Amino acid sequence: MLAVEMIAITKTFAEKVIANNSISLSVKKGEVHAIVGENGAGKSTLMNILYGMYPPDKGKIQINGNEEIINSPARAIQLKIGMVHQHFMLVPPLTVLENIILGSEPEKNLLLDFKKAKERVSQITSSFKIDVNLETKIENLPVGLQQRVEILKLLYRNAEILILDEPTAVLTPQETNELFNTIDFLKSEGKTIILITHKLNEVKAISDTITVLRHGKVVGVTGTENATIESIARLMVGEDKIYEEKKANIREKKLILEVKNVTVLNENSVEAVKDVSFEINSGEILGIAGVEGNGQHELVEAISSIRKPAKGKITLNNAELKEEHNIAHIPADRHRNGIVMDFSVAENLILGREKENLFKKDITIDESKVKTFAEKLVHEYDIRPVDIDIKIKSLSGGNQQKAVVAREITKNSDLIIASHPTRGLDIKAASFVHNALIKESDKGKAVLLVSSDLAELLKLSDRIAVIYNGQINVIFDADKTNEYELGLYMTGSKVKNE
Amino acid sequence: MNKVIYSILGPLAAIIIALFIGAIIISLIGKDPVEVYGVLFYGTLGNSYGIGQVLFKATPLIFTGLSVAFAFKAGLFNIGAEGQMIIGGFAAAWTGFTFVTLPWIILIPLTIIAAFVGGALWGFIAGYLKAKYGSHEVINTIMLNFIAAALASYLVNEIYGIPATIHTPEVSGSSFLLRFDAITGLFPGSPFNTSFLAAILCTIIFYFIINRTPFGYQIRTLGLNKNAAEYARMKIKKLVVLSMLISGGIAGIGSINFIFGYKHYYELGFSEGAGYIGIAVALIARNNPFAIIITAFFFGILEYGGLTINTMVPKELVTILQALLIILVITFVRIIDVLKIKFLKSA
Amino acid sequence: MKRTIILSLILLSALFISCSKKSVQTTESGKLKVGLVFDVGGRGDKSFNDAAYRGLEKAKNELGVDFEYIEPGPGADREAALRQFATRPDIKLIFGIGFIFTDEITKMAQEFPNKDFACVDYTYDQTKTIPPNLLALEFKEDEGCFLVGAIAGLTTKTQAVGFVGGMESPLIKKFEKSYEAGVKYVNPECKVFISYAGVTGDAFKNPGKGKELALGQYSQGADIIFHASGVTGLGVFEAARETKKLAIGVDSDQYNEAPGFILTSMIKSVDVAVFDCIRQEKDGKFNGGKAETFGLNSKGVDYIYNDKNNNLISEGTRKRAEEIRELIIAGKIATFLK
Repeated sequence: MLAVEMIAITKTFAEKVIANNSISLSVKKGEVHAIVGENGAGKSTLMNILYGMYPPDKGKIQINGNEEIINSPARAIQLKIGMVHQHFMLVPPLTVLENIILGSEPEKNLLLDFKKAKERVSQITSSFKIDVNLETKIENLPVGLQQRVEILKLLYRNAEILILDEPTAVLTPQETNELFNTIDFLKSEGKTIILITHKLNEVKAISDTITVLRHGKVVGVTGTENATIESIARLMVGEDKIYEEKKANIREKKLILEVKNVTVLNENSVEAVKDVSFEINSGEILGIAGVEGNGQHELVEAISSIRKPAKGKITLNNAELKEEHNIAHIPADRHRNGIVMDFSVAENLILGREKENLFKKDITIDESKVKTFAEKLVHEYDIRPVDIDIKIKSLSGGNQQKAVVAREITKNSDLIIASHPTRGLDIKAASFVHNALIKESDKGKAVLLVSSDLAELLKLSDRIAVIYNGQINVIFDADKTNEYELGLYMTGSKVKNE
Repeated sequence: MNKVIYSILGPLAAIIIALFIGAIIISLIGKDPVEVYGVLFYGTLGNSYGIGQVLFKATPLIFTGLSVAFAFKAGLFNIGAEGQMIIGGFAAAWTGFTFVTLPWIILIPLTIIAAFVGGALWGFIAGYLKAKYGSHEVINTIMLNFIAAALASYLVNEIYGIPATIHTPEVSGSSFLLRFDAITGLFPGSPFNTSFLAAILCTIIFYFIINRTPFGYQIRTLGLNKNAAEYARMKIKKLVVLSMLISGGIAGIGSINFIFGYKHYYELGFSEGAGYIGIAVALIARNNPFAIIITAFFFGILEYGGLTINTMVPKELVTILQALLIILVITFVRIIDVLKIKFLKSA
Repeated sequence: MKRTIILSLILLSALFISCSKKSVQTTESGKLKVGLVFDVGGRGDKSFNDAAYRGLEKAKNELGVDFEYIEPGPGADREAALRQFATRPDIKLIFGIGFIFTDEITKMAQEFPNKDFACVDYTYDQTKTIPPNLLALEFKEDEGCFLVGAIAGLTTKTQAVGFVGGMESPLIKKFEKSYEAGVKYVNPECKVFISYAGVTGDAFKNPGKGKELALGQYSQGADIIFHASGVTGLGVFEAARETKKLAIGVDSDQYNEAPGFILTSMIKSVDVAVFDCIRQEKDGKFNGGKAETFGLNSKGVDYIYNDKNNNLISEGTRKRAEEIRELIIAGKIATFLK
C-alpha cells in the first residue's frame, strides 16, 4: 500500500529554473523514506508541493491510492500530511501547549478550552513517549525539544504522513539520537515518515528506502540495506571527483593570536563570553565547537574587532588588537554580514577593502584595477557564472560563499576567522572552502574555525575547543576525540575536570 | 540599452495614465480637461518664458532631490531638506548683504559656501543625534524644520528684516547670479538663472562621490546592508553624520536660486516646500542623480503649471491635481516595474 | 507596445497644441478686463480677500467689466502670477492684494508701462517713487484697531482681552500694537494676551490653530479676542461660540460667522477701494504714481455698529468710542503703543 505517490511532477520557477523535472516518488505506508540530494537538487520543492505550498506545473499526486489536488497546507493537513520545516514555525513567548494547539484550538462557549486541550496533548505525549513539559515557554527550550514540539503539533493534527526537512541540521549528536528514537517509535505506530537530508550516515542509520535527486531529477531509488554511503554519494554528486587537500605540517610555529581572560557582553549587556583564554599559532587551525548561542558569535565579533571586550586582552602578532586591524573574517551569516546583495560580484569582492592601495587612484577607486582583481579571484576561486558585473544575489549560495572566502583570505591578514564557512553549501562547494582554508593554514596563517558541523571540525582542526555557556569547556587535540565526546561537552553533560 | 528604454518608458507611461485620471477629475467639476491641459501645456512648454519658469522651478528641486537621495544612499531618510535650505539660505543671504564690498569673484563662492555650511550644520545636528543617541533621523529632521522656520522668522522680523516687509535687505550686487534672459536673451522675463548650472555641477559631483570614491562606496554599503558595513569595519557613526551633513549642505545650496538668482534678498517662506517635494523627486528618480534632473523638470512643470491654470480651476483643485499626479506617478512607476518583470520573464 | 505609446504621445501633444491656441485666442473685444492676484489666504477667508472680491463683483455688475483672478497656491510665486496677467493683451488693470506684493508690483509696473496696476496695503517707502501706472491703496488699520481696542477695553468684564495674529510679520504686528494701545488707553489695568498662528503664509490659513490659540486665551481669562489672521480667524470664532465669549472680526463685517458672539468688526473698505479704482480706470481717469490713504476720516476703516450687535455694545461704550474717533481724526491720540 502506497501512502504517497507522486507521478511525473514538474515545477519550474520564473520560467527558467527547472526545480523538479518529471520526478516520481513512491512512499510505502509505515516506512521511513529518505530523500537525499545536494542543495538545489529539488528536495524541498518536491516536499513543498506535497504539502500544498505551491502547485506543480505538471504531474499527479495520489494519497493512499486516491488522486488529490493539494492546493494549500490546510488541505494537506486534512489529508493527514504534516511537515516540520527547517526553520521552526513556533511562537517563542508562548508555552509548549499553546504552540501545539495554535490554529486548531478546542473551543467551549467561544473560550479556549485549555483543559480539554491539555488532556489530549498529554495523551499524545505519553502514547508516543515524547517527554516535554507543556507549560514551558518555547524560548526557554533547547533546539532539540523545540523540534519535538513541532512533531507534537503534527500528531495533534492527526498526521499520518510526516515530512521532516533537514531535521538534524541544528541538533547535537545526542539530540540526533533522541530524534531517531522518536522516528523509530513513530514508525512502529504505523506512521509514514519522509526525511529530507544530505547527511548520508543518518540516511543509512534510519531509513528504509532512499530516493536520490540530482539537478531536479530522480537518479536512483534503492532499499537502504542495498546501498553504501559511497554509492549514495556517487549518485548525489555525479561522477565529478572531489579533491581533498591534505594538511601539511608546519615546523616553525609562532604565536599569532592570543586571547587572554576575555569577557564579552551581548546586546543586552549580559556576559556572553566569560573569561575565555586560548592561543593560535601560525599554521594551526583551532576549531570552536558548541551548540549555537553559547557565545561563539560574541567571541568571533570580539576577535574580529567588531565588538569591544568588556574585560581581558586580545593580541595579534604580539600587538594589542585595534580597530585598524583588517582581519580576514568569513562571517556566519553571509547574507546579513558578508555580502551586499544589490552590489555586483566585483563590488562585493572589495567589501571592507575599498580603501586598500591596491585599488586606489588619487581619491577614487580605480575601476580597472578592481576589474583585474575581481577577474583573477573569480577564476582562481571558481566563482560562477564568470561575470563580475552581475549582482551577487543572482549567484547560488555556494558561489556567494566562495566570493566571500576569496575576498577574505586574499586579505593581508595572518589570522583567518571562519564562522560556519560551509553552512548550506553542497558537497563540492564545501570541499572547495575546506581546501582553501587548509591551503592558507599551510602557508602559515592561523585559522579560527567556528562550526556546528562536528565532522568538519574534526576534519580540519588541529585542536578543538568546546564552548559551553560562554566558557571554553575543554580543548582537545583533534585526533584524540570524536563527535560523541564533543557532543557531551557541548551540551554541558560533561565539564572539564579542574 | 533595453534597460534604458524601460526605465524611461515606465515613468512616461505613468505620467500619461496619471494625466488621464486627472482629466476625469477635471471633467467631474465641470471643466473641459482638454482646454485645461491645453493651457497647462502651452503655458509651461509652449513658449520660451514658460520653459524658463519651469526650469527656474526645477532648479531648487534638483538640489533638494539630490539632498534627499544622498541621505537615501546611506539608508537615511532626510525629511529636513526644507529646514536645511532655510538655514543655508539665510546664511548665504547674510553673507551677501554683510560683505557688500567684496568683488563677485570672492563673494559668489563665499555665499555658496555659506549656503552649504548653513544647510550642512542643520543636517549635521540631525545626523549627530542619530549617531550618538540613536534618535530617529525622521523625527530629528522634522523638528529641525520647525526650528529653522521659526529661527528664520525671528531673524527676519526682529533683527535683519526691512520694516513692513518679510524680507532682509538686498544682497550685494556683486553676488547676483546672472539670469539667462540677460545673458542669452532666451526665456525673456523668467528668472531662470545660472544656479541651474550649479545644480548640474552638483549632480555630477554627487555621481562622482557616490560611484567613484571609497567614501561613496561605504555610503552605498551602509545604505544597502548596514550589517555588512559593520562587519567590513566601516565607521558607521561617522558615515551617518557625514552623509547627513553633505545631504544638508546640498539642500542649503538649493536656496541660491531664489536668493541670488531672483529676488536678491531672503524672504520668509521662499522655499515653498521645495524640501518636501525633493523627497518625491528622489523617490521617483530612485536616487539616480541624472534621473533627478529629469524628475525635477517634471515637477517644475507641475509647480508652474498650477499657476498657469489657476484662473480656470479652483486653487484647491490645482493642489489636488499636483498631489494626485505625484501619487499616481510613484504608484504607476512601481506597477509598470512589476509588469515589466512579468513581461521580461514571459519573453 | 512601444509604437503604441509613442503614437499616443504624439496624438496627445497635437491635441494640446491645437486647443491651447484656441483658448489663448478667445478674447472679447471692447470690454475692460481686470486681473486680480489674491493674498496667500485666497478667497473664502470671509475677510480681506473676500472684501476685494466683493469689489470685483460689484464692478462687474455695475460697470460691466470682466475679471479673472489667481489665488497663488503652494509653489506659485507672486511675480509670475502678476506677469501672467501683464502679458495678456486683453487685461488692462491688475490688482495685487496685500502688502506682500509691494516689491513685485512695483517691478511689474516698471516693466509693463502700458498696463495699470493697483496694490492694496502697499508698503509706501518714502525714499522711492511710485511708478505713474501704479496706484497704492493704503489703509490706516492702526486707527481702526485702536478704536476696537478701546471698545474691547471698555466692554471686558474680566479685565483681560486677547489678540490672535496670523503670520508673525510687521503688518500684523501693527494691528497688535495699535489694538493694545486702544485697550490700554481706556483701561490701563487690562491684560492683553497675544498669540500668533505661525511664521509663514500658511498661518493665515489654519483655523484649527486659530481655535486652539483662542481657547487658550479664553481659558486664561480673556473674554474678548480680536483676530487679524484671515481664515485662521474662523477658528477663533468657533472658540468664541463654544465658550460663549466674544470675538472681534477683521477687514469685513464678520458678524454672521458667529452671530451673537461677534462684538464688532474692524472693517477695511477694500471693496470700496477696489471698486473705485476700477471705475476710474473705466472712465479713463486712472491716477497712479501715488498712495491713496483710507482712514477713519473717510470711513476707509471703521468699526461695525448696527442693529445686529448694538445689544453687545453698551450706550456708554458707544459714546466713548465716538469721542475717541474724533480725537484720532484730529490727530490728538497716538494710535501706536510705544
